[in-house]
Amino acid sequence: MRKITIDPVTRIEGHAKIDIYLDDQGHVADTRFHVTQVRGFEKFCEGRPFYEMPSITARICGICPVSHLLASAKACDAIMGVAPPPAGIKLRELIHCAQFVQSHALSFFHLSAPDLLLGFDSDPARRNIFGLIEDNPEMAKAGVALRKFGQEIIEGLAKERVHPSWIVPGGVNAPLAADVRSRILAGLPAARALAERTLEFFKTVLDRFAEEIENFGSAPTMYAGLVNESGGPDWYDGLLKFQDADGKTLAGGIRARDYQRFIGEASLRDSYMKAPYFKPAGYPAGVYRVGPLARLNVAGAMGTPAADRELVEFHQRAGGPAHSSFHYHYARLIELLHGLEKIEVLLNDPAILETHVRSHAAVNCLEGAGMIEAPRGILIHHYKVDEQGAIRWVNMIVATGHNNLAINRAVGQVARHFIEGENVKEGMLNRVSAVVRAYDPCLSCSTHADGTLAMVVTLIAPDGTVVRRIG
Amino acid sequence: MRKARLATVWLDGCSGCHMSLLDMDELILNVAKRADVVYGPLVDAQEFPKAVDVTVVEGAVSSQEDLEKIRTIRQRTKLLVSLGDCAVTGNVPAMRNSHPARKMLERIYIEGAQESRVVPTDGVPALLRHAVPVHEVVKVDLHVPGCPPSAKAISYVLGELLDGRVPDLTAKVKFG
Repeated sequence: MRKITIDPVTRIEGHAKIDIYLDDQGHVADTRFHVTQVRGFEKFCEGRPFYEMPSITARICGICPVSHLLASAKACDAIMGVAPPPAGIKLRELIHCAQFVQSHALSFFHLSAPDLLLGFDSDPARRNIFGLIEDNPEMAKAGVALRKFGQEIIEGLAKERVHPSWIVPGGVNAPLAADVRSRILAGLPAARALAERTLEFFKTVLDRFAEEIENFGSAPTMYAGLVNESGGPDWYDGLLKFQDADGKTLAGGIRARDYQRFIGEASLRDSYMKAPYFKPAGYPAGVYRVGPLARLNVAGAMGTPAADRELVEFHQRAGGPAHSSFHYHYARLIELLHGLEKIEVLLNDPAILETHVRSHAAVNCLEGAGMIEAPRGILIHHYKVDEQGAIRWVNMIVATGHNNLAINRAVGQVARHFIEGENVKEGMLNRVSAVVRAYDPCLSCSTHADGTLAMVVTLIAPDGTVVRRIG
Repeated sequence: MRKARLATVWLDGCSGCHMSLLDMDELILNVAKRADVVYGPLVDAQEFPKAVDVTVVEGAVSSQEDLEKIRTIRQRTKLLVSLGDCAVTGNVPAMRNSHPARKMLERIYIEGAQESRVVPTDGVPALLRHAVPVHEVVKVDLHVPGCPPSAKAISYVLGELLDGRVPDLTAKVKFG
């Protein structure tokens, strides 16, 4: 038995390594995906005032702080028993769409495009965004510009791009200025053009990746996403729906407060990332996926014209629900376009400029849960407080966690298909990393949970015998 | 002129400092012209290379793996920069420091799970007792606070360092 370790898995958001075990014939016998960073938010937030939670939990992730701010603020809304004013909700939706644009741009252009455009087998020293700048400056610049467009909207609304303090329990803390609205609208056509061009380009190269599409985590699973009453995606306030691999609804209309009836969590001995599962199916059978691919699979329609056309084509190409994890990229680009369309719709609603944007209240309920679609999938924050509003208990289920079991399986499938024999080439290993990249995992998010502080103190006697081991 | 060798490292942080680095937007293209990024979450190197000119570190030192990594990095780097409040003070990762380990473990992996209730121990690094700022374990040449530091501050720091000057950060950065 021989072990190959990929450490770290590069061009992902977080800390992970992969162990691949080869048997004596050089066949892949087993693979392990280890998430190696741990935090501790669920414990150290206990005792803090609930209204600090958005700002603290934003620090779970610098890529999608807006997602944590929103899920946390929604949990706080529930604790206060209030709904934000209509403009407060629209502004939260707007910043959320901007976050999808910047985060999806980062995932596609900065992290995965080097594999797709420079090649899985290309020189690893240049297989990155900087290599892309030299080789395909137009594509690299499109990525920089789209990410910037999303980040500038966040900055325009919230004053800061990373960890803004604008999203608060009860709404947001300042209305939208008319000049900011005009500025964003002025930038939209150029951003739309870049998104559409990239999507068209991606579709032209899909055929080159037939082998990857076939073997990149292509086993059917259940899917979960948040949908509105007409069955379309609602990233900010949809109700949770689970469907099976053939597209049949298993459970729907699930509110944040009821998530525990449908989602269980399992701990894994070899990863700091827990593994949620669909409770009615049990563990480990209850594997489901979330994120762009899952959202497009559960959505009846997107609800915006350009993305709706793309959704039809997406399902035509996949011949129904798309199961290959390679198609996360494709789905992500369609969502990027949808996000830009939604931004336009929201900005053209005159109510977006209303100045009443925040509801005020003290603690009215001792428990609250908030659920949204983060760019990587469903994000749930669930808090219990005492009557003074001090946090007593926290649970968070984070987008990438839902995909944990599926990522593990996908890693195994890719390794078994592409790795064979004694002469293991770098490009083979890069494909194993690349299937992880397709999920755009955010491991800093998923390991907010605390792990082991396994410091061992050993007391050794002068003669070398171990007297006592503490740890 | 030889291109500088630049590395970026993400220890126990949220990647917000790396995002702020990318928030330099088009200016990142200029950095790419002047320096080779030889290690970091954006590139594919598996091992920290030798003879790096500047390494920018985000995050606190929290696990045994972080500690070993930062010691190697220090040996192989001319100028080590602590970027952001977690690297500079411990910040949010250090909020765990006042809690005993075992209770936290049980809270998350035993109480916080309905199936397979085990504490992870295989193939994952042990944590240090406390998450600590980088300068507590190795010598740091420059501290750039902020949660995260602004893109403007990062751009200025990199520009000055690549020009061979020590940046004067007076009035350019703040904590938080």
